Amino acid sequence: MTSFPGKPGISIEGVSVSFPLYHGNARSLKKMVVAAASGRLGQDRNQRVVVEALRNISFSLHGGDRLGLIGSNGAGKTTLLRTLAGIYEPVTGHVRVEGSVNALLDPGLGMNVELTGRENIMLRGLYNGMPREAIAQLEDDVTSFAGLSDFIDLPVRIYSSGMVVRLGFALATAIRPQILLMDEWILAGDAAFLDRARHRLEAMVRGADILVLSSHDQAIVRTWCNRVLWLEQGRIRADGPPDEVLEQYLGHPLTPLPAEAEPMAVG
Amino acid sequence: MSMTSIPIESAALLDLRADMSFPARQRLAISDVTTGGRLWRLAWTLGWLDIKLRYRGSMLGPFWLTLSTGIMVGALGLLYASLFHMDLHDYLPFLSLSMVLWGFLSAMVSEACITFTEAEAVIRSVRMPFFLFSARVVIRNLLVLAHNIVVIVVVFVVFAVAPGWGAFLAIPGLALWLVDSLALSLLLGSFCARFRDIQPIVNSLMQIAFFMTPVIWKPEQAGRHFFLLQPNPFFDLLEVVRAPLLGTPIGGITWLGAGCYSLALWGVAWLLFVRARGRVSFWL
Repeated sequence: MTSFPGKPGISIEGVSVSFPLYHGNARSLKKMVVAAASGRLGQDRNQRVVVEALRNISFSLHGGDRLGLIGSNGAGKTTLLRTLAGIYEPVTGHVRVEGSVNALLDPGLGMNVELTGRENIMLRGLYNGMPREAIAQLEDDVTSFAGLSDFIDLPVRIYSSGMVVRLGFALATAIRPQILLMDEWILAGDAAFLDRARHRLEAMVRGADILVLSSHDQAIVRTWCNRVLWLEQGRIRADGPPDEVLEQYLGHPLTPLPAEAEPMAVG
Repeated sequence: MSMTSIPIESAALLDLRADMSFPARQRLAISDVTTGGRLWRLAWTLGWLDIKLRYRGSMLGPFWLTLSTGIMVGALGLLYASLFHMDLHDYLPFLSLSMVLWGFLSAMVSEACITFTEAEAVIRSVRMPFFLFSARVVIRNLLVLAHNIVVIVVVFVVFAVAPGWGAFLAIPGLALWLVDSLALSLLLGSFCARFRDIQPIVNSLMQIAFFMTPVIWKPEQAGRHFFLLQPNPFFDLLEVVRAPLLGTPIGGITWLGAGCYSLALWGVAWLLFVRARGRVSFWL
């Protein structure tokens, strides 16, 4: 891959990630059974049992690329997102990610329900290395979007579930990275809120140079992505334009998208 | 709707390879420590919020720490002064200082074990320098120490004990404690993330160390068994801070011991951290 300094880019070469099964408890046993069922148990050099979550993955992404990850549960989509975010370091291969990254992997994302809304916002700002003024701006932005005016100084624990979703969403979408890694949870939520949130989410996605989105929803993938990677048991099964890969994945021709879901402009 | 989101730092590069050489791993570990150090404001906030959360909703807040330490020192002081036939004027200042300092050491060792496991949610959702979580644990325990210092001050004032200028010699000792605490949290944090049985073992060892170290009894009481104290790392490390504050002289051998134990701790901690850093998130 040719990389230009300052230009965001992702390059993954021959990456494998495997999880050793250490803790001999029910949790591990459960994992082992699940992994055995999907035929992905292996052994590493030290004869330890490992689950091979990603096997020999290679691809590269440049500015403007919107990659959708599809595949069944446990195919390695979330592990791949975590590897791109630098949370898991590869067992073999090479991961290179240039540019600021925001990974929206789980709705909690460091949110502590015992802390107040304001404290959670401050922490998120600090986690992203923001200076004081930017955190003040973040606080205004999140408070007004999530509609928390009276609750901002109360612990998140007493918020209604709708408020928690709004706060989590507002926090997740308030930070504008060059590379956006997104798990599909962010697209879940009650319909009324989703309608209001859609513009905000789309603005963030449009603002990012590179998007990697993991989703089960073919309509979302077709709307937002211009390239799709089909993962199966940790390997790339197919890689190509969305419609082509989705047709293979679903095993039948795609129906045309509903009129209002216009394909998203790139860049 | 206007979009007022905030761009984040753009100069970021992640370059990870498998099967790295030791120098390459070490470079990543060094950058972990330096980037973690730059996040001191976040470490401070996390440490402070930990304390605040423990005591949120209680009337005295973190001063419950001060109160409970005060009661403990008072009760133990009366009991042991009569058991050991010691003068309360002499014993209580010693005991208050010892108990507070030991409280820091033992809580630091015990909490070092959960440095990374307690931060599991964050570690699994965003790439953060691991040193940040070490700094958080150390800061949290320093804040506890700061609240307990009130007890020492009260006892010293009541018994009219003035430590004198020699007390400033405790500063290098405290500096040593600070760097050792950071090393300890990297060491035990990684080790306990991998082996979950370590923490209970460490806790029971600390229980034994409490009785084997002159905390509630004075070093000179060991008499002809004094040599038994020499191989105890806690003795030297406790003395380099406690003795100057009590105005008792300490020998160069104590400083040498404290220095050597610290060097060994950092050496082992660093080797382990360089190896384990990239694996911790798999262990959680």
